[in-house]
Amino acid sequence: MTTLQFDALRLPAYCQELRKEVRAFLADEIAAGVFDPNKTDSGGENADAFARRVGQRGWIGMTWPKKYGGQERSFLERYVVTEEMRVANAPVMKFFVADRQSGPTLIRYADERIKQEVLPRIVRGEAGFCIGMSEPNSGSDLFAARTRATKVDGGWSITGSKVWTSYAHRSDYMIGLFRTSPSTKENRRHGLTSFLVDMKTPGITCRQIRQMTGQRDFNEVIFDNAFIPDHYVIGEIDGAWKQATSELAYERSGPERFLENFNVLRQFVRVAGKNPGARVTVGIGRLVAELHALRRMSVSVASMLEAGREPVVEAAAVKDLGTVWEQLLPHQVRELASLLDLEDSTFAQSLDFEIKTAPKLTIQGGTTEVLRGVIARGLGLR
Amino acid sequence: MQSDNLVADAAARVFAAEADAQSILLSGHNDWKSSLWSSLEEIGLPLAWVSDAAGGAGASLAEGFGVIREAGRAALASPLVETLLAGWLLDQAGLHPPAGPLSVAPTHPKDVVRIDSEGRVSGRARQVPFAREVEHLAVIASGPEGPVVALIRTADCKIESGENLAGDVRDTVVFDQARSVVRKTHAQGGVDLQLSLLLLGATARGLQISGALDRVLEMTVQYSQDRVAFEKPISKFQAVQHLLARLAGEVAAASAATGSAAEAIASSGFAGDAMLLEVAASKIRSSEAAELGARIAHQVFGAIGFTEEHILHRFTLRMLSWRDEFGNETFWSLKLGERIAANGADELWPLLASR
Repeated sequence: MTTLQFDALRLPAYCQELRKEVRAFLADEIAAGVFDPNKTDSGGENADAFARRVGQRGWIGMTWPKKYGGQERSFLERYVVTEEMRVANAPVMKFFVADRQSGPTLIRYADERIKQEVLPRIVRGEAGFCIGMSEPNSGSDLFAARTRATKVDGGWSITGSKVWTSYAHRSDYMIGLFRTSPSTKENRRHGLTSFLVDMKTPGITCRQIRQMTGQRDFNEVIFDNAFIPDHYVIGEIDGAWKQATSELAYERSGPERFLENFNVLRQFVRVAGKNPGARVTVGIGRLVAELHALRRMSVSVASMLEAGREPVVEAAAVKDLGTVWEQLLPHQVRELASLLDLEDSTFAQSLDFEIKTAPKLTIQGGTTEVLRGVIARGLGLR
Repeated sequence: MQSDNLVADAAARVFAAEADAQSILLSGHNDWKSSLWSSLEEIGLPLAWVSDAAGGAGASLAEGFGVIREAGRAALASPLVETLLAGWLLDQAGLHPPAGPLSVAPTHPKDVVRIDSEGRVSGRARQVPFAREVEHLAVIASGPEGPVVALIRTADCKIESGENLAGDVRDTVVFDQARSVVRKTHAQGGVDLQLSLLLLGATARGLQISGALDRVLEMTVQYSQDRVAFEKPISKFQAVQHLLARLAGEVAAASAATGSAAEAIASSGFAGDAMLLEVAASKIRSSEAAELGARIAHQVFGAIGFTEEHILHRFTLRMLSWRDEFGNETFWSLKLGERIAANGADELWPLLASR
């Protein structure tokens, strides 16, 4: 049995200096009306310009090699930038996916020409990414993907569709998983290849899908004989399954896995005031204590990653506990708020929005059930 | 378990040799307690937190925390942790500890004990661990000129017997003009010594819970792999795997929260909002983990785990009891929540991010 290891590691002092810079930058952006920190989904219309200004600060791709425009700074510095942006509700949609996972995937597996061409544009906040994984009949079970890439002269032709692809309609690129061969009897994971897709390629159409929150981030992306050049293949043909993935540990253990709706807690503390009564005070204290414990776990995983370790099971545990916690958060705040006689429309709107958003938190980026399977494997049970 | 804490490793070896849960259950008596204590004294563990000059081992807080976590792993029912705390308290006032096991009072956050200028102590302290099994108590009392640390003979107190869920001694001690053996006013201005003892005790209990949870997870995973039902080990059922994954998550959360608080106190002391956050979170989160962890472990073990002869209850009942000592979840949530509310919403994130 593997023991899950969470040493009491802390962010070094240089990170806390950077934190001040990020806070000052975000305060200026808020003052300029770019986004509203009390709204989870504000500033979308300014996201592209915001991304360029973040890029100018050197805060996108900040851990990447200098030759691709990066700063070669530590993952812990990136961690601080990520959590400050998340807590402030900054409109990070243009660069967040590329910064967290698409860029690192390209650095590790893409053709050198692609790296030279695309990575500096991500760093400048100019190239946004989406992830093309799910299909109508392939969700958690990625290896059931059927959308085909067929070999043609000089490249590949893709036909089929991806679904639930967040921000596809506003993205410059997708990293997608496509079927290049059938799976084999011995290995059902065989036959899928990862591709970089330029979203302006003829034959690609995005159809926005309205979500139950009223947002329209989701897309169905339809491929009709879309041509992808050979050098856009990422890694090994038919062998995408081997490329998974130390990036997953970053994706799963980051601060966005428990700070997604921190806004509603902070606003509740504001409207509750200095003496909200014992029941509410106990409720606030308990939520803050649980949040602190989650953050300490997450910082510990980040520090292990920075030290070159691969805490895959620990990262799965952070996402499991973090997303279940944040899913319950707006409901717990709702109960506490009902003890007070509140009339605050900003808070009420935030609470409604977060209650509507909550169901997705334990689905996106690996469901609770998939994560518990990963942990069970770590315990030696599978 | 090998670690970089040699003192904790030494403690773990003694616990394995002298206080193994299975052997204690099989023996059916308490003879192990005196033999264990001699072994602990041989390597200087009980007075680890007492300075060299006062006859102790002068170990660091971090080393002592490692020992306490190991005591939790062993579900130890012996006043080692309390002697560590008592030694620490006496040492804060420059008093020398007597020989033998000790305990501390008050441990209940709502109890206050007073001392007059003649050194006579009055008041009532509940849930005093192992009171009738020790000869002396280290007491923090409020005196006419500030907090006083006093050493009291248990023979000079009235003791009302009590026990916790696990059957460990938790007595109510009534001080009726009990004369202190030695006493000293705690002169260091600004330090709330009773609060510091509470923070230290809560951190200790959190670490004990975390240690016990470690062992509960090991035992439960092992049992699920050994136990065959419906023609296969129950560990092969997805429902059981998910229960165990949740248990592992709780064990991890308790370990992270308590390890963080211990590291914080060991490196920065007891003052400030950050330390309240660290300790409150460690006690709250480990207590939550104790509750869910005990529930899952018992579910996986089924009927055998509910028997007196099985060792599981030695761990689960202690974890559940430790929740209530040195302030429970509600106490610490209230204390932390009051601070958060008083500071205001804009200070919430900076406080969390400072850790």
